[in-house]
Amino acid sequence: MTPLPLSIDSTSLPSNVPARLGVVDREQWLALASAMKSAGAVLLSLWGTDDRDRDGRFRVRAAYLLRHEVVVVEHPMPATAPSYPGLEDRFPVAARLQRTTADLLGVVAEGGDGRGWVQHGRWSRQAFPLRRDSDPVPRTAASEPYRFVSVSGDGVHEIPVGPVHAGTIEPGGFRFSVVGEKVLRLEQRLGYTHKGVARRFEQLSQREGHRLAARLSGDSAVAFSWAYCAALESITGTPVPPRAAALRALALERERIANHLGDLGALGNDAGFAAGLAQFSRLKEDLLRENARALGARYLLDWVVPGGVATDLASERMGVEAAQLAALEATVLELKTLYDEHPGLQDRFREAGRLSAEVVEKLGAVGLAARASGMGQDLRIDMPWPPYDWLEPRLIQQSTGDVAARVQVRFGELLESIRLCQTLLARLPDGAIRVEVPIASPDRLGLGLIEGWRGPVMIALHCGAEGAIRRCHGHDPSWQNWPLLEHAILDNIVPDFPLINKSFNLSYSGHDG
Amino acid sequence: MLDLLRRILRTGIVSERLPAPGEPPVDTRGLQEALLGVLGRALCIRHVDAGSCNGCELEIHALNNPYYNLEGAGIRFVASPRHADLLLVTGPVSVNMEEALRRTYAATPDPKLVVAVGDCGACGGLFGESYASIGGVAKVIPVDVTVPGCPPSPVAILQGILAATRKRAAPASSG
Repeated sequence: MTPLPLSIDSTSLPSNVPARLGVVDREQWLALASAMKSAGAVLLSLWGTDDRDRDGRFRVRAAYLLRHEVVVVEHPMPATAPSYPGLEDRFPVAARLQRTTADLLGVVAEGGDGRGWVQHGRWSRQAFPLRRDSDPVPRTAASEPYRFVSVSGDGVHEIPVGPVHAGTIEPGGFRFSVVGEKVLRLEQRLGYTHKGVARRFEQLSQREGHRLAARLSGDSAVAFSWAYCAALESITGTPVPPRAAALRALALERERIANHLGDLGALGNDAGFAAGLAQFSRLKEDLLRENARALGARYLLDWVVPGGVATDLASERMGVEAAQLAALEATVLELKTLYDEHPGLQDRFREAGRLSAEVVEKLGAVGLAARASGMGQDLRIDMPWPPYDWLEPRLIQQSTGDVAARVQVRFGELLESIRLCQTLLARLPDGAIRVEVPIASPDRLGLGLIEGWRGPVMIALHCGAEGAIRRCHGHDPSWQNWPLLEHAILDNIVPDFPLINKSFNLSYSGHDG
Repeated sequence: MLDLLRRILRTGIVSERLPAPGEPPVDTRGLQEALLGVLGRALCIRHVDAGSCNGCELEIHALNNPYYNLEGAGIRFVASPRHADLLLVTGPVSVNMEEALRRTYAATPDPKLVVAVGDCGACGGLFGESYASIGGVAKVIPVDVTVPGCPPSPVAILQGILAATRKRAAPASSG
């Protein structure tokens, strides 16, 4: 491993990917952020912890994603002055993460945006839910108006949207400033689905945490529950049986396939091609029904468990699975040709919601949205954990960064995931599907990182005494990619917003926490 | 174009018979008649996510796939609560969504039905009640039927929708 810049001491951090932890003071916190930016790192997440009961300090942590490792830096602050230098100048994603840390913990970034983010004025601003002495948090009667940035000028008007949207989607607020049909500015207001998951984790035992992790964003349940289990298994030094690891990958790839099928259908529909929705939603339903038959549930919310998986794949289903995947592949290829050669569809897809590689790099985007602009990485390839070390997934990228590119990345990843599933079925190891995971010793910190269908999901698990969870921080790639949408819509017309939005299909729940 | 027509023809009609509340399955015509008997017209549904993890939304999406042929049964999802007969509400209700849910309910014309979907919609589920989560939908607006499950299957959601319409029909037919 290359040494950390600035000669900061680091220790290895338990994780399913190469990870290190360094402790820094104020100056090093900033200097390291600059060094990370120069090294091409992405700020993956930022979160805080109340450790006043241990050593009278608050801590803020930042996780940086480099090409082949994750570096977590920890900055302790005295309880009397809980503030730290903000990182949003270097990493724009930090802005909302810092506002959330201020909302939940009362630890503030200096000089940042003072508006609440998940705090909508429905609980007391003097109470901070993640402080250990905060119970109970008093509610307030009515939410406060939000100060959107206003755009003025001849003919500029605003369109407020949400939080309840017109379709079957999650709630969030959008404020468009437009001239005619052209969008000059979009400002998002999120946090509506904030359910207090970080505090809820602290009420669960280490053996139950995976269930809540799966529900951070239901469409990424396998990715999040695997990330949680990977953190716990790394902390306790529990190797997962090879069969369980392979079955987890099978479920993760099926989750990717299901989401891409759903979105490809919806993207066709949003561009006026209803037959696409009918075809793709039928394929998705077939896949979910096979999930129920082969793995016990349509959506695998409680299937990845500490030490392995909940149910085995019966040998008599393997042939059916393989045949179904082969049929799926043939139909998807046929539909891909239909999409590619449909002039009306391509006219809507091309040039819509374009993101250049420069914008993607500047904003620190991740996952499929970054890969559609020729950037980004894939954890399964750059930091492969079992079974991806022998599966060798191929990187799917496009360069144009428009809706058409995101559609092509989805097609590419969908077909690649079918190939990975076929390989897994053909080479599924024998043996146990679950082992016992011992109780982790107190105060251990571990990370789980999994490449979900949107991008990398992370769980940072901090263990408490006697099997308790001291702090658990979940991070969805939607944090990185929501700000992309604010850029992608610029100079596009309002009627293209649903299409552009769907091409990202970001999680509100995963973001709001 | 010809390829598309071939694809559509090869796929055929995949719609299945829809189940009545508590089974056994009935054909869609029977279902349509039942709905007309209750409402005198088709059923319009407005979905409201009051804070869910988005798992229930996936199954509500599935309800709109060709297998369940909802529109064939006269059931349609609409974009505004003002057009709706029934609200399909998911989530534990987050405190940040409470006001939006109340306003959506107020904007729905009477007589209106509410179906709370999922374990969270029923009682708060794993998220429970906290500074940020109020819990089940019934804590905020009146609920006619709850559909447990995490997430409930499309068939279970459909049965919940039908149970709500029947429940409303029962007092009318007896009076």
